[in-house]
Amino acid sequence: MVVKFDLPQGTLDLLILKIVALGPVHGYAIAQRLQQVSRDVVQVPQGSLYPALHRLENRGLLAADWKQTETGREAKFYRLTRQGRAQLETEAASWQQLTEAVSLILGMAEGGAR
Amino acid sequence: MTWWQRLWRRKQMEEQLDKELRFHIDQHTSDLMARGHAPAEARRLAMLAFGGPEQVKEECRDARGTRWLEDLWQDFRYALRTLRQKPGFAAVALLTLALGTGATTVMFTVVNGVLLKPLPYAQPHRLVTLQEQTEHVSSPIFGNLWAFAYPNFLDCQRASRSLDMAAYRFNGGLVSENGKAEYVDGFEISSNLFSLLGIPLSQGRAFLPEEDRRGAAPAIIISYGLWQRFYAGSPGALGKTLVLDGKPYTIVGITPARFRLIGDEGDVFAPLGQDPSPNMQNRDRHPGIQVLARLRPGANLAEARTDLALIGRHLAAQYPESNKERTFIAQPLRPDVGDVQSTLWLLLGAVSLVLLIACVNVASLLLARAVSRERELAMRMALGASRGRLARQCLTESAVLGLAGGLLGVWLAALGIRPFVAFWPGSLPRAEEVGLDAHVLLFAIGVSLLSGLLFGLAPALRAPARGLEQALRLGARTVAGSSRRLHSGFVISEIALAVVLLVSAGILGRALLRLSALDPGFDYHNVLVSRMALSPDVLRNPAQIRAAWQDVLDHARRIPGVQSVATVDTVPMREGNNQVGYWTSSAIPPTNDQPQALANSVSPDYFQVMGIPLLAGRVFDDHDRLGNEHVVVIDDVLAQRAFGGQDPIGKYLWLPEQSSPFSSGPTGDDSARVVGVVRHVRQWGLASDDQAKVRAQFYYPFAQVPDPLMRRWSELMSIAVRTRIAPLNVLDPLRRELRRATGGAPGDQALYEVRTMEQLVSASIARQRFLLLLFGIFAGLALLLACVGIYGVLAYLTSQRVPEFGVRMALGAAARDVMWMVLRQSLGMILAGVGVGIAGAWAAGRLLTHLVDGVPSAGPLTFAIMVPVLVVAALFASFLPARRASRIDPMSALRQE
Repeated sequence: MVVKFDLPQGTLDLLILKIVALGPVHGYAIAQRLQQVSRDVVQVPQGSLYPALHRLENRGLLAADWKQTETGREAKFYRLTRQGRAQLETEAASWQQLTEAVSLILGMAEGGAR
Repeated sequence: MTWWQRLWRRKQMEEQLDKELRFHIDQHTSDLMARGHAPAEARRLAMLAFGGPEQVKEECRDARGTRWLEDLWQDFRYALRTLRQKPGFAAVALLTLALGTGATTVMFTVVNGVLLKPLPYAQPHRLVTLQEQTEHVSSPIFGNLWAFAYPNFLDCQRASRSLDMAAYRFNGGLVSENGKAEYVDGFEISSNLFSLLGIPLSQGRAFLPEEDRRGAAPAIIISYGLWQRFYAGSPGALGKTLVLDGKPYTIVGITPARFRLIGDEGDVFAPLGQDPSPNMQNRDRHPGIQVLARLRPGANLAEARTDLALIGRHLAAQYPESNKERTFIAQPLRPDVGDVQSTLWLLLGAVSLVLLIACVNVASLLLARAVSRERELAMRMALGASRGRLARQCLTESAVLGLAGGLLGVWLAALGIRPFVAFWPGSLPRAEEVGLDAHVLLFAIGVSLLSGLLFGLAPALRAPARGLEQALRLGARTVAGSSRRLHSGFVISEIALAVVLLVSAGILGRALLRLSALDPGFDYHNVLVSRMALSPDVLRNPAQIRAAWQDVLDHARRIPGVQSVATVDTVPMREGNNQVGYWTSSAIPPTNDQPQALANSVSPDYFQVMGIPLLAGRVFDDHDRLGNEHVVVIDDVLAQRAFGGQDPIGKYLWLPEQSSPFSSGPTGDDSARVVGVVRHVRQWGLASDDQAKVRAQFYYPFAQVPDPLMRRWSELMSIAVRTRIAPLNVLDPLRRELRRATGGAPGDQALYEVRTMEQLVSASIARQRFLLLLFGIFAGLALLLACVGIYGVLAYLTSQRVPEFGVRMALGAAARDVMWMVLRQSLGMILAGVGVGIAGAWAAGRLLTHLVDGVPSAGPLTFAIMVPVLVVAALFASFLPARRASRIDPMSALRQE
């Protein structure tokens, strides 16, 4: 059975930035990739992706252009700005630290119980 | 994209949002179809995975960060729409507000121009005014402050390190040119005055420092106005010769139009240093020299004061006999506007009360509407609107109303300001500065927004506060009871404010009645008074001056319609007086302890001309002249002060040598025998005489003024004419006749400041009359607004109670009972308002008594007259709703329920 998580606050932004960092991409593709990469563990209502995208665009972390997809339709493609890349790096780093710290604490607690 | 671009291209953004979301769903649908779902099923699944598209859109809009502006815009349009839906309500509210803000804005415009605007000079905050100050109080009137002695000014100017100084002195004179003579006001000024003020001349140049000395070639600067009048604005005027008081001056400069020296207009400016008077060389004399100074760059006022104190100490050590215990002080330069200040603040206060009433009125209207909209608001809350959001919408509505009213008000103010200034009694000081400017607009907008907030607050706070389900279930009607307290609060405050204004108007009205009935002490009908300048040629010789005045009287007496003529120096109720110390024995106390009296120099017929009744003894006759015993006529006030119950006739008044008009120079104190007692004349005007510090009066014969003083006295003389016909009708013959009287060249004697005594008497209570008129208008407005307010509130409250009345009537209450119920409700509010209002009115009365001369404290009579007016009017306003309530048909009322 697949366990489904609610995302912690602010995590969605980080994931979006990471996915967009791989190259210009439209909203639907981001949603697909979120599901694929996380093996369906991370599941957000697809609609709620868009307010997050727009917020990031407003903050200048993402930029967007309308381009043709391979099927010939126009879609809004997001890409990372320089500011967004910097933001991604700091957030990824602090996430790394946080998870390390959390797993450290969890490991210690088990040791203490023994 | 900046935020305003996002806002501006809202439509485009909406389209793009729509397109982006549609793409997502379409793409997902086709993917699902590729995986084998039927098209309809695929679409359903895609929609399901996406969530509610409208909700997503709303969140995306929030993410734009311009949400509050969009909401504001939306609320704004909504507000306009609701206002348009109820044009009657909108019109009443707008008109009320426009009147309120309009009147307030007019008053503020005047306050701004007269009191708040800085003087129109370069860097006015760096300007200060200087005075001499002695350690001891020299006179009860002027305290210990003095105008400068000229040598002191020169020394200060030289020695100061923190101040640049300039001096000026008032100096009117007779200007003649080509047989045309005109008396003009003017100044003697130090050469640097214009540069110190930072005012460039419009033509020509300022005085050179070497012109500011004795014996330099006489040069003069004339005003723009005189340049237009005498030279028709011709550039050729520069270099021409202008004769001032018989002395030719070369015109070197012309001031800019509308130039004023600290509020005073002057037509001629001559160099101060050229003044030949011996007083100018005397450190002991203070010939009215005013000193202005500008702080040098880097210096501040405190440094300047230390600087001046140091100079004062130096001069005191150097010239102990004149400068002992004398120093110099500096104060920031402010426009001198006299008692206009308190009048203006009073009026602004009164008009703000009217505005408050207007606000309360609109507030109660809005509240009534808010209550009937309760259902709508409850519905919107049920649909997810937050309380804050609804309150914000209510406030936007009232702000729109307030601003629209304010805009109308500014328009009214722009129309009304000029007539109002023209309407001001006498001349409003700095009237030329009064006009709409950025400050006024800011004030008007502030007032409109503030009043919008004020009257919008109650409905806004109230709107979301009620129980939701209850509101939805029952509709507006039945929950309205809870607003009753707020409504009666409105009525009570309206009544209270109206009482304050009505009673204030009443107090002023009674004051004016009392003042008009006062005996001025003389007969002011059919008397013409005018200052008069003798020909400059005559003024050189005292004997000629005496002869010329006699000649003037003889000529004037011959004019048909003239009954008698006299000369006098200080006319009652006109500006200018001469205060002289006196004592009843030769042991005159030092200056500080001498009682003071007003001295009038008159010719024998003066008492007859003015109709001043003789109480004892005699008035002057032709024997009272130079060489004979000095005589005075005193008024009953002085008789009482100086001699108590004793008979003053034959007693002596002693006059100290510094101020005695009977001699000049160090010849010792003078004594004068009292030959008559006349009735006290209200010298300071009907309103102000009772409060004046110096009231006692004595008269002395012009003929006994000694030769050395003759010229100076002559310059101050006026003629007073009693006529058998309307006094202004003798003016033209008088002018013609006086031109023929002996003098120098024909046409160089002039009458100026021509007034009838009636005008002077009336002007002496003009301020009170003006205040009464405006307070009367404001009070009437307040009464009207309060009545409209009461009517509105009661009509509303009554309509809310229709079902209740229906039940009562069905149970047997008569129409009369219902009516009485409504009236009782309104009477309760009215009486509560009157109670609060009386306290406020009492305080307002104290303020009026304090600020306006001749206003008695508010007696119970004033309240007894004014309060019933209000109560009756208010009851009348509540009568209509009461009658309507009594005519309810119980059946239909119950069916409504």
